[in-house]
Amino acid sequence: MSESLLRVDDVVVDFPGKRWFAKPFRALKGVSIDIAAGETLGLVGESGSGKTTLGRAVLGLAPVAAGSVRFDGEDITHAGARRRRELSRDIQVVFQDPYSSLNPSMTIGAILAEPLTAAGVARSTARDRIRELLDQVGLPGDAIDRLPRHFSGGQRQRVAIARALALHPKLIVCDEPVSALDLSTQARVLDLLIDIQERSGVAYLFVSHDLSVVRHISHRVAVMLHGEIVEYGDGAQVTSDPAHPYTRRLLMAAPVPDPGRQAVRRQERAAFLATEVTGE
Amino acid sequence: MTTMIVAAGVKPRRGGPLRRMLRDPMAVVSITVFLLIVLLCVAAPLLTSWDPTRAELAAVLAPPSAEHWLGADSAGRDIFSRLLYGGRTSLLGALVTLLVALGIGIPTGLIAGYYQRWFDSIGSWSANLLMSMPSLIVLLAVISVVGPQMYLVMAVFGVLLSPGVFRLTRSGVIAVRKELFIDAAKVSGVNDARIIGRHVLGVVQAPLVIQASMMAGLAVVIQAGLDFLGVGDSTTPSWGQMLNEAFQNIYAAPMMLIWPGVMIGLTVGALSLFGAALRDAVQDAQPARTRRGDGGVTLPPQVEAAPGAVRPDLGEALLTVAGLKIGYAAAGGGTTVVVDGVDLRIRRGEVHGVVGESGSGKTQTALAILGLLPRGGEVRSGTIGFDGADLATLGRAARGALLGGRIGYIPQEPMSNLDPTFTVGFQLVEPIRRHLGLSRAAARTRALELLDRVGIVDPRRTFGAYPHEISGGMAQRVLIAGAVSCDPELLIADEPTTALDVSVQAEVLDLLRSLQQERAMGVMLVTHNFGVVADLCDRVTVMQHGRVVEHGSVEEIFESPAHPYTRMLLDSTLEDAPPRGPLVTPEVRS
Amino acid sequence: MLLFLTRRLASGVVLIFAAATLTFLLMSLSGGNPARNILGEGATEAQVAAKAAELGLDRPVWERYGDWLAGALHGDFGRSWFTGEPVMTTIATRLPVSLSLVSVAILVTAVLAIVLGMAAAVRRGWIDRFVQIFAVIGFALPNFWVALVLVTVFAVTLRLLPATGYTPIATDPGKWAVGLVLPVIALAIGTIASTAQQVRGATIDILERDFVRTLRARGVRPSSLLFRHVLRNAAGPALTVLSLQFIGLLSGAIVIEKVFALPGLGSMAVTATTQGDLPQILAIVVVMVLLVVVVNLIIDILAGWLNPKARVA
Repeated sequence: MSESLLRVDDVVVDFPGKRWFAKPFRALKGVSIDIAAGETLGLVGESGSGKTTLGRAVLGLAPVAAGSVRFDGEDITHAGARRRRELSRDIQVVFQDPYSSLNPSMTIGAILAEPLTAAGVARSTARDRIRELLDQVGLPGDAIDRLPRHFSGGQRQRVAIARALALHPKLIVCDEPVSALDLSTQARVLDLLIDIQERSGVAYLFVSHDLSVVRHISHRVAVMLHGEIVEYGDGAQVTSDPAHPYTRRLLMAAPVPDPGRQAVRRQERAAFLATEVTGE
Repeated sequence: MTTMIVAAGVKPRRGGPLRRMLRDPMAVVSITVFLLIVLLCVAAPLLTSWDPTRAELAAVLAPPSAEHWLGADSAGRDIFSRLLYGGRTSLLGALVTLLVALGIGIPTGLIAGYYQRWFDSIGSWSANLLMSMPSLIVLLAVISVVGPQMYLVMAVFGVLLSPGVFRLTRSGVIAVRKELFIDAAKVSGVNDARIIGRHVLGVVQAPLVIQASMMAGLAVVIQAGLDFLGVGDSTTPSWGQMLNEAFQNIYAAPMMLIWPGVMIGLTVGALSLFGAALRDAVQDAQPARTRRGDGGVTLPPQVEAAPGAVRPDLGEALLTVAGLKIGYAAAGGGTTVVVDGVDLRIRRGEVHGVVGESGSGKTQTALAILGLLPRGGEVRSGTIGFDGADLATLGRAARGALLGGRIGYIPQEPMSNLDPTFTVGFQLVEPIRRHLGLSRAAARTRALELLDRVGIVDPRRTFGAYPHEISGGMAQRVLIAGAVSCDPELLIADEPTTALDVSVQAEVLDLLRSLQQERAMGVMLVTHNFGVVADLCDRVTVMQHGRVVEHGSVEEIFESPAHPYTRMLLDSTLEDAPPRGPLVTPEVRS
Repeated sequence: MLLFLTRRLASGVVLIFAAATLTFLLMSLSGGNPARNILGEGATEAQVAAKAAELGLDRPVWERYGDWLAGALHGDFGRSWFTGEPVMTTIATRLPVSLSLVSVAILVTAVLAIVLGMAAAVRRGWIDRFVQIFAVIGFALPNFWVALVLVTVFAVTLRLLPATGYTPIATDPGKWAVGLVLPVIALAIGTIASTAQQVRGATIDILERDFVRTLRARGVRPSSLLFRHVLRNAAGPALTVLSLQFIGLLSGAIVIEKVFALPGLGSMAVTATTQGDLPQILAIVVVMVLLVVVVNLIIDILAGWLNPKARVA
């Protein structure tokens, strides 16, 4: 791929320590990824791996100490507040927790109108666009006048997706968008995301701790550990036949929903861990 | 595309807390009383023809009469008139205080909370400084310099109260700032001023109104206090001055204490009741997430066990739940049933998975067996048989002897389930000593052995550590050690690995398996994860909307699920779904 | 823990210094002529100028401040402009009175508020209603009004307890205690009410925490659960409330001392205020802030001892 929509080069993120004299915590230690238009890049890792921080660095919500973030050829690593607001047309976000990502005191209509009015869309046009968005994510039109608490977790996540789509972005950062959802809802929301991508050609940076979710939605996958990418490549290959021992450990740690195969995987894992210990 | 149906029975837009509060009689009465007092004071010239400062020698300490409705004071001034005009001083003073306190506290609190950094440090430090000053002595110091200028003094009191507003605003803003909807608004291109105005102020406004009503009350009291001390302006009448009058004539006319006292009490009481009513209204507006909303009394009827879904289950039962029904008292006076007619049978040494999505009632069932349902919830009918006893009707003491001894419990969240103020060791030793009657030293040895058994590398160090000093994975191991510490026959594990990372989950699953095999415990494993079920369980019960839809051996459930819901759940698992593959057409189809 | 206490101590010292400086500057920079106030309207210009020179008011502010601060560091707060007595002597005789009143009041508050608040949270029912209603009434009625009613009922009408006067504890502990009954009730009733309400809230909050359920599931006895685990966890918020209440009590004591004619710092402050006796006012402010700092330090130590997490903060 010659032209990337998003190109992250050697990005380092430091968070200040909790006390004055404490050393800063390095959340990302020089991470590079790239995403093409219409592509999904899955970002897998356990808690503390820095996967969420990478997503936030792209959004301008985490302090980048070194390296660069380029979007559509433009360096946006240290874009100012005004440029950031303009970028909101192109880069959007869906967060993990559908409870705290929607302001409980605003109606669904007001939540969806926010990005539109901020971008200067006229009120009547905005109203039509909101109906269109609700329809697109499979919510009824009368949802406009309701408050978030009248909706289930899956429905709220649909609202969050609609908000992200409002300005026809080119890239959506999805930070664990389905991990707070029930099993059946999770599958439906993932299918909705894939469906939207195939229609609109939006690209996703899809952050998740769950290899099977990432396998389902990603074209390519990056695996993160302690602020670094340890494996990066074709989605099917990384999630089914990984090369890096950490990814293999991760894969074998996830139990399969089949008693017979899980017994086999369990034994494989025990054997793998044993060889890893003796191999060292 | 699936069309979602919004939960039935929910009325759209029940209004903000302010509007809802107007339905609360306490709020209405307190607002009415307060407005009435304000009206009386404002309309004083219309209600009485007496000049509050006119002294009449003939009327000194006169009892109530047609002329002087409430009598006259020691200078022969009309008490009723002084009461009304005096209220003006108190209310205006309180208004000044309020405006100053809010005018300083809100902007500084917003800035400190939203931008933090140095402004926050300075602001918080100054707030602490101001809050450490006894307010009355500061006001006395001010008066000693500027003299009895009441409004200036009340403004200074506003400055002294502003740290309360500052802190409230700041902590509200900091709490809101962490909410994802602020980040979402930023990414949506909304500017800071709009974010503060729309998202942040909206959240802190209710607590601020509560605080303001309290501060107004305080200001009325302080104002009266200053006048009572005799350091206020002696030319304008006020409630405090009237109390001072009464105090000087306490032997001659003690009843003069009553009226100003009543007025102050009513004003401040009305303000504080108003604040309390608003607080209740705000709390009601945020129902707990886990609770069902104001949904129906009965459950959707379509959930029935499929024919052939309930397979015969023989063998010695350790736990037999029959016809269990759990209800919560609903706000409207009815009952919200969350578990309805659940049957469950767990044999000795069997690992029994209870699977379902949120709202299926699986955790409620587990908590009912333990007798630890949250406040408001109770077993409405059904029996919970454990070794000949019915846990549903067992007394507190008898249950206490079973829990932790013969029945163990592993919770979901590791960190929040350890008492932060006691060491890990203390929390392990306490139940061991009770159930096994061991000495302190023997219990300690046993706890150390357990910590070693659950795979903690340095048991001694962990024993002496406080919960915040250990990791989440370690905390979950400690909780498992606690659950099995007295060799239980039945272990109830409520989503024991949900909060953990996959690799820690795999280790904890291995630990649970080996502990179960070594001690032959019966295990009730509540989970939503079919992988965990496949890994550990012998038998499975599937629940939906508070009912059992299917149960059987683990092979039966995975190979030939009988109920459509079970099939749907199994189809939703992504572990076996094919990978998406590389991006084929980078071009946009539109 | 040691680092934490050192930091708290340092910030306390800074606080006292800042409060003293602020008060001094406020008093010195505002207009008015203290010398004229002291001598009265009848004095000649020359007399006023002489008095000002005698008090040192003709010197620059910073110089006076330097002298005052140097003195204050040695415990010398100058002399009263009116009586000419050293301020520290007056304070030494009056401090024990105020301290008796306030410390007994805060102890009574701590004990009763914790008992009432926890009982209301655990038992609910009538005692809960009582605490809630008590909280509103306690807040609504000014303590000096309660004091006046108590005097009217118990001292004037029933003649059960003394209305006025103070006996030092060293002279007669019995009389000391009897004399404090009514003032302490009047002073503490509001603080008990509001503290009990807050303890109730904190206890309910803790009873609903996950770890309480887990401890119950391990068969920990209800008494241990309540008096070990819940009490210790509730202590943090309760102590914070108490430290604020203490500051409030210092204010309240000023008014209460007037009602019961107790010769404490409060009545001294009122007299000094009406006279404009700045050295006395200044000294009282510093002493009171010092008391607040000491009490806060004690409360920090208690909180750190009870809650290991607080030691880190």
